[in-house]
Amino acid sequence: MTDLLNVENLTVRFEVKRGGAFGKKAHLYAVDDVSFTVKAGETLAIVGESGSGKTTAALAVARLQAAYAGRIELDGEDILPMEGEALRQVRQKVQFIFQDPYSSLNPRKRAEAIVQEPLDSLSDKPAAEKAEIVKGLFEAVGLRPEQMRLFPHQFSGGQRQRIGIARALATQPELIICDEPVSALDVAVQAQILNLLRKLQKDFGLTYLFISHDLGVVQHMSDSIAVMYMGKVVEHARRMDLFSNPRHPYTQALLSAVPTVDRAKRAAQKRILIPGDPPDPVNLPKGCRFANRCPVAQDKCRQDEPALLDDGKGHRVACHFS
Amino acid sequence: MAPLLTVENLRIELTTRDGVAPVIDDLSLNLNAGETLSFVGESGCGKSMTALALMGLLPEKVGRVAAGKIIFDGEDLTQASPQRLREIRGNDISMIFQEPMTSLNPVFSVGEQIAEAIRAHQNLSRKAAWDKAVELLDAVRIPNPKGRAVDYPFQMSGGQRQRAMIAMALACEPKLLIADEPTTALDVTVQAQIFDLLTDLQKQSGAAIILITHDMGAVAEMARDVIVMYAGRKAEYGPVDAIIEHPRHPYTQGLISCVPHIVSDMSEERPDLVEVPGIVPSLKDFGRDECLFASRCAHRTEQCLAERPPEKPFAGGQLADCWHAEEL
Repeated sequence: MTDLLNVENLTVRFEVKRGGAFGKKAHLYAVDDVSFTVKAGETLAIVGESGSGKTTAALAVARLQAAYAGRIELDGEDILPMEGEALRQVRQKVQFIFQDPYSSLNPRKRAEAIVQEPLDSLSDKPAAEKAEIVKGLFEAVGLRPEQMRLFPHQFSGGQRQRIGIARALATQPELIICDEPVSALDVAVQAQILNLLRKLQKDFGLTYLFISHDLGVVQHMSDSIAVMYMGKVVEHARRMDLFSNPRHPYTQALLSAVPTVDRAKRAAQKRILIPGDPPDPVNLPKGCRFANRCPVAQDKCRQDEPALLDDGKGHRVACHFS
Repeated sequence: MAPLLTVENLRIELTTRDGVAPVIDDLSLNLNAGETLSFVGESGCGKSMTALALMGLLPEKVGRVAAGKIIFDGEDLTQASPQRLREIRGNDISMIFQEPMTSLNPVFSVGEQIAEAIRAHQNLSRKAAWDKAVELLDAVRIPNPKGRAVDYPFQMSGGQRQRAMIAMALACEPKLLIADEPTTALDVTVQAQIFDLLTDLQKQSGAAIILITHDMGAVAEMARDVIVMYAGRKAEYGPVDAIIEHPRHPYTQGLISCVPHIVSDMSEERPDLVEVPGIVPSLKDFGRDECLFASRCAHRTEQCLAERPPEKPFAGGQLADCWHAEEL
């Protein structure tokens, strides 16, 4: 299968001021030299804790956040330098589902107008055709036609997220970026939305970039996974490889921290605690960023930063001792 | 030995625009010292209301205990005076809230806030209370507690703030600690640290813990007993292992199987998740004489809509409120 999205050496940095108004300017590298690929029709999950840069990376891919360096190839074309009409064309192909279904819908618009908005701004279709598309979308995401005239506050959280999904589908995109699409929902509703997302992927041949911190959800949704820590990808592998044979100590700790109902697994696994907090993102230490919390860190880790290396079978790890 | 906490047929009513609704309907439970009991369920099922009722913090003029008893350490809290409740709160029963950022005061340092809680209940000088606060921060494993006590909440990470909240809750060595979704806002690695900390502190102090959560995985790790709540009623109650092994209520089954868990025997294939269709009924439908879960249940029969299901006991102390519990 071909790669739909190919991100190479993406860097996003923010300017921060230290020490009041006269302080020195410094840069915070939220996403630092990150590369990953997503095959057409598949799901790549980016996991990591808050502050790891996963959302920033996704926003950069959607061109909603300016990148500092790197390439973002969609269908073999670099979309980073695009402007104006070319960028508008690209926006049709990349759509976004947001985390919070309460704040991501305009409260003053009716549901049908919300879903139609991307069509209004990104396509030149006639009004009748747009209305037809919106109707079809409501059916596709499991909402009733009479609900099209309602306002967002008249829907439950799960139904609102369905509206958000319908909106993302409106321009028939190739890539949909789902930024924690279920973390604001109740567990029973989560299952409904996750099943819907997978059904839509099958029906429309969608490619997902799935951002999440919930490893259970990621395990269920993704074909491959990139684990991020402090702006870096530390491990990137296919789903089965990553979950059955995690090789980076951070991934191992992350997996062992997830509470499980499976008693056999609980008995077999030893929880790897990583003490302390991540380092200050503005003054990063030399060497590996995980070294200060890593259970297997050696002197070498505090000197040289490990590169993300492929083991020849597509399992990439950034660790000196994996 | 009498249990530390006994709740008998508790009924709590909320006055809403549509009339009076029972947010907690006929709830009974027992909790011994040193044990952990967990409440699970979706939002709007009455988990947090139970916690507030135990603390005597029901919203004034809106919520009231309509029937039943809350016997804590031999004393019925539903009959206790506001002064007495004030003594008990923070001293014998204390609580950790979900959002560590909004439940700490942003304009006081963390040390001052902990010391304030100590001084409210114990006759200590400012200096002594401050020293105790530093000690507590050390006990919840905040590095350099002396230096961090003067920090304001915004200077701490989410995990550290939750630790500070735990330190405050533990200040007077409570006999019962109520943790209302203590880790929902935190990352998994931090959640693991907090759970470890709670377990260790429980071992040292012998306190009982009530853990409110929606994550069955967290229940399995932390608690001995679990109460599954649905629409203000108990759906199932019993030992965690027995209930996860063989849930007797369709709602419990749904809660366990609708979440994608990381399991030991992972396969390439990923079947669709089990869906529990629909959502929790609204408050005005609470209290009807029928099974409130019936509208979302695959095993529904005429009987479920005609009458509220009785409590049925099973081996090992498992109780399920379902007409079809034997068949499940």
